[in-house]
Amino acid sequence: MSNRLRQTPSQTLGPFFAYGLTARQYGYDFDQLADGRIARDDTPGLRVRVAGQIFDGAGSPIEDAMVEVWQADADGHYPDAAAFDDHNAFHGFGRCGTGADPACRFVFDTIKPGGHDGQAPHLNVILTMRGLLLHLFTRIYFADEAAANEADPVLALVPQARRDTLIARLVEPGLYRFDIRMQGDDETVFFDV
Amino acid sequence: MSGFSRLQRDVQPGLIDPGYKSTSLRGPKSPLIRIPHRLGETGGPRFGAGWVGAQDADLTRNGRCNGEPLGERIIVTGRVLDEYGRPVRDRMVEVWQANAAGRYVHKSDQHDAPLDPNFRGSGRCVTDGEGRYRFLTIKPGAYPWRNHPNAWRPNHIHFSLFGQGFASRLVTQMYFPGDPLLQLDPIHNSVPVDARELLIARFDIEATEPEWALAYQFDIVLRGPDATPMEA
Ligand SMILES: [Fe+3]
Repeated sequence: MSNRLRQTPSQTLGPFFAYGLTARQYGYDFDQLADGRIARDDTPGLRVRVAGQIFDGAGSPIEDAMVEVWQADADGHYPDAAAFDDHNAFHGFGRCGTGADPACRFVFDTIKPGGHDGQAPHLNVILTMRGLLLHLFTRIYFADEAAANEADPVLALVPQARRDTLIARLVEPGLYRFDIRMQGDDETVFFDV
Repeated sequence: MSGFSRLQRDVQPGLIDPGYKSTSLRGPKSPLIRIPHRLGETGGPRFGAGWVGAQDADLTRNGRCNGEPLGERIIVTGRVLDEYGRPVRDRMVEVWQANAAGRYVHKSDQHDAPLDPNFRGSGRCVTDGEGRYRFLTIKPGAYPWRNHPNAWRPNHIHFSLFGQGFASRLVTQMYFPGDPLLQLDPIHNSVPVDARELLIARFDIEATEPEWALAYQFDIVLRGPDATPMEA
């Protein structure tokens, strides 16, 4: 530890990130690295939409959060550096602000990832917002993968009573609902990665 | 599989901070659950040099409509390193900021200060082989916010970095030396006192362009792939 440089401290994203990080989504004249459309037209795999709201400790939906997702492809492989040389390839990365949707939802259109390294299919999530000084990590698992979830070594670290907060509900074929609760009895599990 | 060095809690802010009101309903209260390195995600998005356009790093040009933006031109430059001092090469840096009057382009910014038709205030660049980045921009103005009576944010530029993997992601803010608002700012003060200096750029006469713009240097240290043996 002794010879290590000190990390740069984190600060909040603040409320005004839209024209910097998610400009196209919010209608500003700038492009953005990624949006909620993670799967390309030709990406192999089962098409799914994962959407949800983020609730604060008073139960109000949060309108100035940004959600980022990093996921494997349908075979369970994460995109490598070379995939990013092709702008139209599957990058496994999505970014969505919650302020462009009337209900403050984030929406990702993607393919269901394959299991990776003995873990159940999941999306890795980074969550940032005004009022959060340090971004949070969580995971989105899928309700219709019960057997894989049961065997997942990360879910196994989570007390049984809280595991449901990490599992997206299947609303209808192809549509999953995943709400995030910042506080309260069903506070979402966040990870120290 | 090795993992990333852990977050240094002694330099980082907490999730609920009494001075910064919005954290009270947004910071989670349950302890984070630690994922052992062997189960963590070591990859991450790799946005490199192919992802920046010619004017993306020049905020004095990339939002022009019919003239030059108003305000003091500045150069903001620095190196992105990991904790072991290794340069973080060919990795994305995104920035956004208020204009010289302290106003953001954002729709919900209600501050009664003028927008500048020639300044958008967002940009990006990719670090070079030594981990260096460089932006040209306009010095951002201070602006009021409603956290407490007569609350003002110090001049700052928002930074977003990816680093080498999902765990090395950083969202932060760069401040300017000598700003009298710093000691009054709950967001800056959310960081442990000894670490606050890490967020303040250094005036850098060497990087200045004579007759054109002053320069500030802001080095950034990210979590890197851990050189120590795998933890349990
Ligand atoms: Fe700001």
